[in-house]
Amino acid sequence: MWKESEEAVSKLRKPREEMRYILATDVGSTTTKARFFERVKGEWRFVASGEAPSTVEAPYEDVTMGVRNAVREVEELTGLHILSDDENSIVVPYDGEKGVDLYCTTSSAGGGLQMLVAGVILNMTAESANRAALGAGAIVMDVMAVNDGRPDYRKIDRIKALRPDMIVLAGGTDGGTIKLVMEMAELLNSAKPRPRLGLGYDLPLIFAGNVDARPEVEKLMAGNFALSRVPNLRPTLEEENIDPTRRMIHELFMEHVMSHAPGYNNLRKWTDLDILPTPAGEGMAMQLIAHVNKANVLGVGLGGATTNVYSIFEGRFVRSVSANLGMSYSICNVLKEAGIDNIMRWIPFNLEAAEVIDRLRNKMIRPTTIPQTIEELIIEHAVAREALRLGLEHHKTIATRLKGGRRAEAGLATMFEEAQEETYIDMMKFDIIAGTGGLLSHAPVRSQSMLVMVDAWQPEGVTRLFQDSVFMMPHLGVLSTVYPEAAWQVFDKDCLVRLGTVIAPAGKANEGDHIADVALEMPDGTSVEEDIIFGEIKAVPLGEGEEAEAVIEPHKSLDVGMGGGKSITSKVGGGVVGVVLDGRGRPLSIPEDREARSRTLIKWWDALQLYPREQIEHLLGE
Amino acid sequence: MSWEENEAASSQRAHAYTPGLKIKRSITMRKARLLPIMGEVTVDVGDTVNFDTIVARTTIQGDPVVVPASDPLGLNPDELPGFMVKNIGDEVEKDEVVAQYIAFFGLLKRFVRSPVDGTVEHVSSSTGRVTIRGKPIPLELKAYIPGKVVRVIPNEGVEIEANATFIQGIFGVGGESHGELTVLVDSPDEPLTTDMIAPEHKGKIIVGGSLAPLEALKRAVRMGVAGIVVGGVKGIDISDFIGYEIGVAITGHEEIGSTLVLTEGFGEIAMSERTFDLFRSLNGEAAAINGATQIRAGVQRPEIIILQDRWTAEPSAADIVAGMTPGTRIRVIRQPYFGEIGTVTALPVELQRLETGSHARVVEIELESGGRVLVPRANVEILEE
Repeated sequence: MWKESEEAVSKLRKPREEMRYILATDVGSTTTKARFFERVKGEWRFVASGEAPSTVEAPYEDVTMGVRNAVREVEELTGLHILSDDENSIVVPYDGEKGVDLYCTTSSAGGGLQMLVAGVILNMTAESANRAALGAGAIVMDVMAVNDGRPDYRKIDRIKALRPDMIVLAGGTDGGTIKLVMEMAELLNSAKPRPRLGLGYDLPLIFAGNVDARPEVEKLMAGNFALSRVPNLRPTLEEENIDPTRRMIHELFMEHVMSHAPGYNNLRKWTDLDILPTPAGEGMAMQLIAHVNKANVLGVGLGGATTNVYSIFEGRFVRSVSANLGMSYSICNVLKEAGIDNIMRWIPFNLEAAEVIDRLRNKMIRPTTIPQTIEELIIEHAVAREALRLGLEHHKTIATRLKGGRRAEAGLATMFEEAQEETYIDMMKFDIIAGTGGLLSHAPVRSQSMLVMVDAWQPEGVTRLFQDSVFMMPHLGVLSTVYPEAAWQVFDKDCLVRLGTVIAPAGKANEGDHIADVALEMPDGTSVEEDIIFGEIKAVPLGEGEEAEAVIEPHKSLDVGMGGGKSITSKVGGGVVGVVLDGRGRPLSIPEDREARSRTLIKWWDALQLYPREQIEHLLGE
Repeated sequence: MSWEENEAASSQRAHAYTPGLKIKRSITMRKARLLPIMGEVTVDVGDTVNFDTIVARTTIQGDPVVVPASDPLGLNPDELPGFMVKNIGDEVEKDEVVAQYIAFFGLLKRFVRSPVDGTVEHVSSSTGRVTIRGKPIPLELKAYIPGKVVRVIPNEGVEIEANATFIQGIFGVGGESHGELTVLVDSPDEPLTTDMIAPEHKGKIIVGGSLAPLEALKRAVRMGVAGIVVGGVKGIDISDFIGYEIGVAITGHEEIGSTLVLTEGFGEIAMSERTFDLFRSLNGEAAAINGATQIRAGVQRPEIIILQDRWTAEPSAADIVAGMTPGTRIRVIRQPYFGEIGTVTALPVELQRLETGSHARVVEIELESGGRVLVPRANVEILEE
């Protein structure tokens, strides 16, 4: 949560109340993003941004170059000198002529934090270890377990091939048998995995299993790994205790991983504060939204290399990372996993699949390019819908109830069974969807990112939608650790864009059927009555910061939260798009016939004024 | 000073977004050849090496095999050490007994045998398993390019120096290889066709123009061609060619028989004239090729190195960090001007509105094909002269 850290606050060079300028950066896998905040009339506001390609990779191999380039853009825009004369540091604090009072940064460059997770039973200890690693902001390269179906030699091959930054080994309940967790320990030990960033140090390994196995694990592994011990993350089958593991991962990330990434030692000198993994910053922002609104929140960070999905559901925070789904480096993985047909279903004009494949492959090999034309933008939005859809599917496999408790009494053999329990993710029960990441934040028209999220995730009932204005959730997440008031002021005023509310009855009907009545009591006291027609979508204007009371009466079998045909009364929040009445049904279906599909997509897009009509007509050859 | 007070002036210099691919007519190349782990260097400073000269060798640890032992012997795990026939550090041969349980005066015999030749590494009294490390695997490192050894890094490898033409591609598949450079097309926009590839191209590096269709790629492999260099390949063909669908651009490990290097990208794209002219002028020379590409976490681009000493080595190019200025030659790397070459005419500081409605930093370019256009700075790469 957004708590300040006393230790970090003590490192500040100027009292917070005297601060005037703050600079925060995020070193992403593709782009380094600088955000500049200024206290204007007593209130912190976002005033300028600068972006430049990240330089973690050869030929540069020094992240500070990308930071310097991004900061130079801020300097050009603000006229303020921020970099030192030799450009080898940031001037802190502001001395009346140059510098900023505080500089902080997050990073996911160089592949972020990559981890291997191992446990005894796949859907119990290994799954808990996976949740701990993901919650700490890691990309999990593989989840291994004694019962994961792979023979030992295959596991060893896999461990050898991976070059993780860190390993978590869990397994066994406290006081239980140590044999199975030792089997996994022996496999790791004999495979001798090498750390990803160089050979000059031992690979960090966190043991978070049966406490009785500690002496054996130490005897076996202490010479080959940088071994840390934390309390068992599944002390009993009914209990999950992942926070100690999560904290240890953060500690080791700074201590071992960041210090070996190219140029990070320099960047660490530029900032007085710890560098946080980007997803950790993003996660803080998502939790803040849930906390302030007292709501269930489903969030996404759609990046160039990965897609992070966050859920805060009835107080439980879960993060999943689809390390293979992204909009630049990983764009061809979205193509591979979704299939070209699923991408093409979101493109209404006549473009050959082979041509789209070429363009996606070209984006993969030149990942920092951006769409210049509407046609290119629509292709990227098509891929984004699929990346979000697949990312949520993945999230559902992580956001599950604890498994194993009930079966403990039935004995070990039963515990090995792959019992697939359903996720608790229920789109009807989420109050808010929030999005961040380059593609969503940079969408030229806000209704574009709103519809991308709605099409991909298909919220049901009444759901508010937020997005990050210019991608600064990670920046504000890290800023919040030392200056929560400033972070919140910027977050509320300049970061969080309220897109509006979607009212979407779940269920099916015939095209053109009248499926719900909506009465909106507007803030000025007037009343607006709308009907929702199956197959159609429309927006009713309701501005940012405004609220209306909605009475929604669905017809027959359609459901808006209380069951088929039952009405609800709900407050709906306005936004830059307004209240969107989505009568397209759930699950959403798109016509398979090419012409019908084209007409349908354009009808939906026009209703929300997604793209300029003349450009679309041009692309359609009209 | 607040940002509103900033004067909006046109910048005379802007940093490069995408470093250009290196196209060097003649450089003194220094190639480091390093073992993945410590070993023995087999050449000395001053030695002349050829493509296939072994410059260093080592052995890499054999694979471990974990053998369940206490269960088949009918023992508890902690009893296992007392029944080992071979101890930690002992060498074993395949099928040799490593542990045994003999009872009732030899009437009951149970054995655990090694599934591989190797060494006993670990005997676990926690799990009752024995780890046997397979025999070390020898690894030899070739020179890859001919030249002179100019530096020996003891136990690690060497640096080899040679005068060469160096051309980076944008994407490749397949590992290191070498052969005689053979240009098969007359112009950079001419596709490489199946009928151009003949048995005499076995072991050679063939150069096409704008496109190599799948059938031409397959024929090149059948003919034993060492390398294929071409402007583009269709995105749908690359998966068929290598046998799997590419998700991220990390390549080089493919074993397809030939190494492929694309100089421009996916689709039919004419090879840059400068690159093509260099290839044509060096037709018949010996060259090394490597398709290994890694876009993320340590950019590695595929390369063609043509050994020649007809031109004097040029000094190293201007620092790529220096960036663009008016007059810099660039290539557009995204639609709608994808592949076009031009010259920077202005670098406006202010964000400009694109057709998409987005606002971005742009560069104004005079295209070689005619016309002056604005392109996002992120969508150009600097052409190294």
